[in-house]
This record gives sequence, C-alpha cells and structure tokens, in this order.
Amino acid sequence: MDGIHDVGGMQCFGQVPPLTAAPPFAEPWEGKAFVIGALAARISGGNLHAFRHAIERVPPQEYLVGYWNRWTIGAQTMMEDSGIVTDEEVRARAARLAGRDVPEPPPPTPHKPQMPSGGAGNLRPLESPPAFAVGDRVRVSDLHPAGHTRLPRYVRCRTGTVAALQPSAVFPDTAAHFVGENPQHCYTVDFDSRELWGPAAEPFRLSIELFEPYLEPAT
Amino acid sequence: MTSASEPLDPALRVEALASLLTERGLIDEATIETFVKTYEQSVGPMNGAKVVAKAWTDPEYRARLLADGTAAIGELGFKGPQGEHIVVLENTPTRHHVVVCTLCSCYPWPVLGLPPAWYKDPAYRSRVVREPRQVLREFGLDLDDGVEIQVHDSSSEVRYMVLPERPAGTEHYSEAELAALVTRDAMVGVAEVAVP
Repeated sequence: MDGIHDVGGMQCFGQVPPLTAAPPFAEPWEGKAFVIGALAARISGGNLHAFRHAIERVPPQEYLVGYWNRWTIGAQTMMEDSGIVTDEEVRARAARLAGRDVPEPPPPTPHKPQMPSGGAGNLRPLESPPAFAVGDRVRVSDLHPAGHTRLPRYVRCRTGTVAALQPSAVFPDTAAHFVGENPQHCYTVDFDSRELWGPAAEPFRLSIELFEPYLEPAT
Repeated sequence: MTSASEPLDPALRVEALASLLTERGLIDEATIETFVKTYEQSVGPMNGAKVVAKAWTDPEYRARLLADGTAAIGELGFKGPQGEHIVVLENTPTRHHVVVCTLCSCYPWPVLGLPPAWYKDPAYRSRVVREPRQVLREFGLDLDDGVEIQVHDSSSEVRYMVLPERPAGTEHYSEAELAALVTRDAMVGVAEVAVP
C-alpha cells in the first residue's frame, strides 16, 4: 500500500537526529512494547509480514508519534484481526488503569488465520530457475497493490541492474494476507542515483532487494 | 479499527495490552523481563564489534565473513531473530557502504541489537536513499569526493552489516582492544572507526 511508512525519498522530515548512544529502551514501557510486538505474531497466529502490514496501516498521525507507538498499535491491530483483543477492551482497560471506573466489554472470540507454513524463518529453496541473472537490466513494474508489499515507491518504473541473487524466500505480499507463502526468487538490484532522482542527483549507487514478481526485463 | 478513535497515551496502551494478554495467559512478566534483559545486555553492537575485530586480525575469517556472513557470524555464536541471512559489506578507501530500511526499520539484530532512534527516524529513512553524502555530512562524516557511496535499502529478509576500515595506528592492538573501538554507527556505515 502507498502509505506513510514508504518514506524513501520524501523531503519533509528535516535534519537527521544526532547519533546518540542511547540504550534500546529509553523508558520501561518501551521494553514492554517491544516484547508485545515481538510476540504478537505468535499470539495472533500471524507472521512477520502481517505485523509489518499492521504497522503500515497505523494512521499517519499516529505512525509519526514514534517507533514504539506504531509498533504497539501494529501489534494490537494484528491481535484485533485475529480476535485476540478489541480496541474497545484496550481503551476500557487503559481507562481503568488510569483510575476511571468504566465497564469492560467482553473479550472477542479468537479466529486466528490458518496458513500452511513451509517451516521456520522465511528462506525457502525453489525448484524453478530464476528469471534473471547477474548483469541483467531490469525494470521495476508499476505496481500499486492495496495490501502489503516490499516494493517501495521510489524504485517503481526505474531501470537497474541485477547485482546478486539472494536466497529465495516467502513472498511478503501474499504471506501478509495469509493467502500463501508463495516463495519467490529475490534479487539485489543496483540503481544509479540519477535514474532515481534525476540528472542533478548526488552521484551514488542504490542497492535494494526486489522479489521476482516486482521485475520485468528492461527493453 | 484502532484508527477511528482518539489517541491513547502509548505507555498506557502498552500497560492495558499487557494486562489483557496476561489475564488471557498469552504473555507473562517473566517472559517480558527475559526479552528486555536479552536486548539490553547480551544482544547488541558489542557482538558485531567482536566480528569486526576478528575480521581485522584474521584474514581467513575475514574471507569467510565476506563470502558467507551468516555462517561466519554464527561461528562466534551470534544468531537469532532478524539474522536469517546476513551479508557483510566491506568499506574500503574508495567505496563506502551505508545501510537503511526505508519501509520499516529492518536491522541485523544478532550483531547490532535493536536499532537506535536515528535509524528508525523518517528523516534518516527518507533522505539517505536520496542524498547520502549530505546525510553523512550532517552526521559528521565528510567523505572525499573520490569515495563512491553505495546505499543498501534492506527491503527483504537480507540483513546488512558494514565491515568498517581498520584505523591506522592500531597495528599493535589486541583483538579485544580493537573490538572496543568499533561502534554501532560504523557498522551501519554512518561513521568511521576512530582511535581515541
């Protein structure tokens, strides 16, 4: 989906923050948020891709509040999708924790997704040969799926060169929606910065992993 | 849908979720503590620093690390979530690698721990794929014009770690002394390793 998470190349976020050597969790609630998110896929019967997609669906104004906020809302969304909790319950419990005597709604009935898994992790060997080889020129397709994708906007319709074949892996675009692992070949594709950002761009090379369904031969 | 309602204080939302999940037997205090302690104490950039120091002092290890990062890193016992396939990128006097995840904040947890705030910030994620030299300059790293910059956007399950250049004047350092010099920022590619 073309959401707020797909920030590559946007020009509205100002200076980069300082390189501070802060601990992983600035406050105790952040550590707890981390664990809830890390376990959310297991608790909800989902997967890593569904979790990423849940974070992508966090409304922009909430997304930009901060990392652990969007992480927590994403975890909650994935659990709502599986009938583990409801937003009404979370809000009622929050109100009670804050000292307000509000009634709590009943818990939902769990309905976890059932998608067959090819095993642990995301790497999956493929019998079918890859469509592209190192050195091939490829064009990124003009795809704008409504659901999850790992194809950022800034490389769509751009032409690059296959630099490496990476291990074939679960296809995030289908796994996030529980319609199948659908493993795909995955390539590192190199782009000249001027292909991405025009002739006045800083000269550099951009490398990114792209799954085979995102690519077509460059003509 | 969560979106329709008023914003909820993030810390309070976490407490409410933790409370409901605990009641349902889906999470418990001991698990939370174990996870937090693990990423506060044992999984962090000190792991990656050991990998770098070993690569600097052992040419055969360096060759293995560049050929198969996951396996060579595994030799030191570093594996786990977000480390399924790690590729190590070697910085040289003519090429500088820098790593980002524009779509979320993918990061090689087994060697670097959880990502720092700046790595997760939309400013870094949006700009480093468009004007990396300027971003590095803002971070305090002014690269010579002759150094080619290569930016890696971690969009799949491949994770990247940068093998920084060994600083001059460290020829007599032990592996442990070298590891103490290596910073998280250098292993993402936004800094160089300096001698104090």
